Amino acid sequence: MNQTNAADTPQPDPAEVSILSDTAFLTDLRRQMVKFATLQLSNGQHAEDAVQEALMGALKNAKSFAGRAALKTWVFAILKNKIADVLRQKQRMLEASSLLHEDEEGEDFSELFDHKGFWQSDEKPATWGNPQNALHQNQFWKVFELCLEALPGNQARVFMMKEFVELDSGEICNTVGITTSNLNVMLHRSRLRLRECLENTWFLKGERA
Amino acid sequence: MMNCQQATRLISESQDRALPLSQRVSLKVHLMMCSGCKNFSLQVPFLSQAMKAYAKGFDELGDKKDQK
Repeated sequence: MNQTNAADTPQPDPAEVSILSDTAFLTDLRRQMVKFATLQLSNGQHAEDAVQEALMGALKNAKSFAGRAALKTWVFAILKNKIADVLRQKQRMLEASSLLHEDEEGEDFSELFDHKGFWQSDEKPATWGNPQNALHQNQFWKVFELCLEALPGNQARVFMMKEFVELDSGEICNTVGITTSNLNVMLHRSRLRLRECLENTWFLKGERA
Repeated sequence: MMNCQQATRLISESQDRALPLSQRVSLKVHLMMCSGCKNFSLQVPFLSQAMKAYAKGFDELGDKKDQK
């Protein structure tokens, strides 16, 4: 509750009233936030807390937002900061041992690469054409989410810390208690898996409208 | 010569830090010969882009759902 200190002189206006009384919108928003936070924090209680704080912070300033989309964007920006805070604070609570364990077994790439380290013939990445088009498709985001959820928990977490929460590598290593080399292996693996999942469930499926 | 496992590892790391010249050169040579790794090298930045669009994607998802 520290970065949401915009002016709070109450000036009710129609837009604010309608957003705050739109229970369906708020319920839906909250559900999306919890899902999102849970994915990153892998702890339901921490996720609920972060969502609660982000939502309260944003709704206090609901009058500053022209519409639902703007509020949503803002709320997710706050949530992202909350998640970064929690991840930083959680340092000791994270099961560093399970992370390290995963990394140890993480050197096995034999499903993807042959014994010389070249692609297995059926694992070679295919061309995706213009993947940017997918970003505008509802269905793609469902696939993307499923693929993220399919990553092993710790891989998903460091990948999201890196790419979404945008912590730098040093910060991730400190937070999670791993070495840069561990981190690089985990990011490498998560990118290999994520791309494979997206390729198999989206880009080769011809699901594009 | 660099293999695909090493090449993809360097492609992944290049998202996070600037690679030394010697690694960039070896990687470039590998990519000229290997379509799989070439594709991977195009997909990795897309993953990053998609991840960053993810939260914003919630907007679109929600809004479209609202309209149905």
